[in-house]
Amino acid sequence: MSGVVYTETVVHAAPEQFVADAPYQLAIISLENGKRLTARIDGARVAIGDAVEFVEDRSGIPFYRKA
Amino acid sequence: MRPVAVIGIGKTAFGAFADRDLRSLAVEAGEKCLADGHVSPSQVEAFYLGNFAGPSFVGQNHLAPYIAGAMGINGVACTRFEAACASSGSAFFHAVSAVAAGLYDVVLIDGVEKMTSQTTPKVTEILASAGDTCGEVRAGATFPALFAMIARRHMFQYGTTRQHLAAVAVKNHANGALNPQAHMRKVITMEQALNGKPISDPLTVYDCSLISDGAAAVLIAPLERASEFTDKPVKVLGIAQTSDHLALDEKEDITTFRAVVEAAKKAYKMAGVTASDIQFAEVHDCFTIAEILATEDLGFVKKGEGGPYALEGRTCLRGERPVNTSGGLKSKGHPVGATGTGQICDVVMQIRGEAGERQIARNKLGLAQNLGGSGATAVVTILGAA
Repeated sequence: MSGVVYTETVVHAAPEQFVADAPYQLAIISLENGKRLTARIDGARVAIGDAVEFVEDRSGIPFYRKA
Repeated sequence: MRPVAVIGIGKTAFGAFADRDLRSLAVEAGEKCLADGHVSPSQVEAFYLGNFAGPSFVGQNHLAPYIAGAMGINGVACTRFEAACASSGSAFFHAVSAVAAGLYDVVLIDGVEKMTSQTTPKVTEILASAGDTCGEVRAGATFPALFAMIARRHMFQYGTTRQHLAAVAVKNHANGALNPQAHMRKVITMEQALNGKPISDPLTVYDCSLISDGAAAVLIAPLERASEFTDKPVKVLGIAQTSDHLALDEKEDITTFRAVVEAAKKAYKMAGVTASDIQFAEVHDCFTIAEILATEDLGFVKKGEGGPYALEGRTCLRGERPVNTSGGLKSKGHPVGATGTGQICDVVMQIRGEAGERQIARNKLGLAQNLGGSGATAVVTILGAA
């Protein structure tokens, strides 16, 4: 399902299990069905209002990218 | 319901204390508090403890009787309250409710956290467990990340700037520098605050509160008995605890903490005051953006005006309504389980006129706002001179 970025951040100081991933972008996405979801952003950085599309689930983490 | 008064306070310094364990901190604060209220351990009818993550930080559970016993408090109800960073605010709320209802007369509330024995990534991970571990946390959210996303949205909707955030940090460090019990007694400049190491964009290290050890305790009794213990009682005029969704992505509008708005509304009503009557406040500045939200959600300014309110100096020590005269969580420190009771101690010190170099003149009606997680628990307390 695609959606729009409601808010985002780039995490520099990661929790222990994600230290190797930092820095990574995290976003809350407003989905087409009206719900919101916290996801990782793959590839290019996104900003509030950007359209994004689902990429894949990696170990239970949803990844989205700029549409 | 009976009116309730604070009859004693006691705090350890907040900081990084490699040679101190959790219990010794809690006992120090508790014993100082009992001495301040002229109460012996055998007079304490119940012990309420606020602690967020003792089991994760130091591997100790069953903390309330463990700490109470070391102070000589035995044979009474000893219970630990966990509500993330609002743990001791919640303990205080429930203790006040029990005394108001007539269940007990003399009750000790203690709050404690021992955080610095873990590495920063581990502390970040433990703190993150106060978020939704099946959603936002699994995706990689930390608490700085959650508040960074709140900041981004607040900036987007209201034009809040990095300078507005930095103004909160500069003010709170200036206040904390005057507090002998503060963790980081260091004045910082606007330029430093704007150029800190990035933690989670747009928040830098200067937007984040500290990882601290410490404890803070409060002793309460019915107002009608307060004079048996102290000649400087402080009245609990209003208090409320409220809740909201845990996950940020489940909240309709993340630029406001609905739980804070509701708790404030209830506490103002109970106290028979309005936001404009409040002369000073200790608010939960776990991140600079959180202080901006707090001043808006408590009704000090309209939604969206919290940034300019801070930047214009209206909340500084000599401003129209000083906020976080203690230095706040930013500079005083944030041993999470001790923060709620620590705020009560700081408001009481101001009302009693015992705040030293940071003493303010309009000190008769103060408010404390304690927040758990990204707004899933809020406790608002209004205290006044008796």
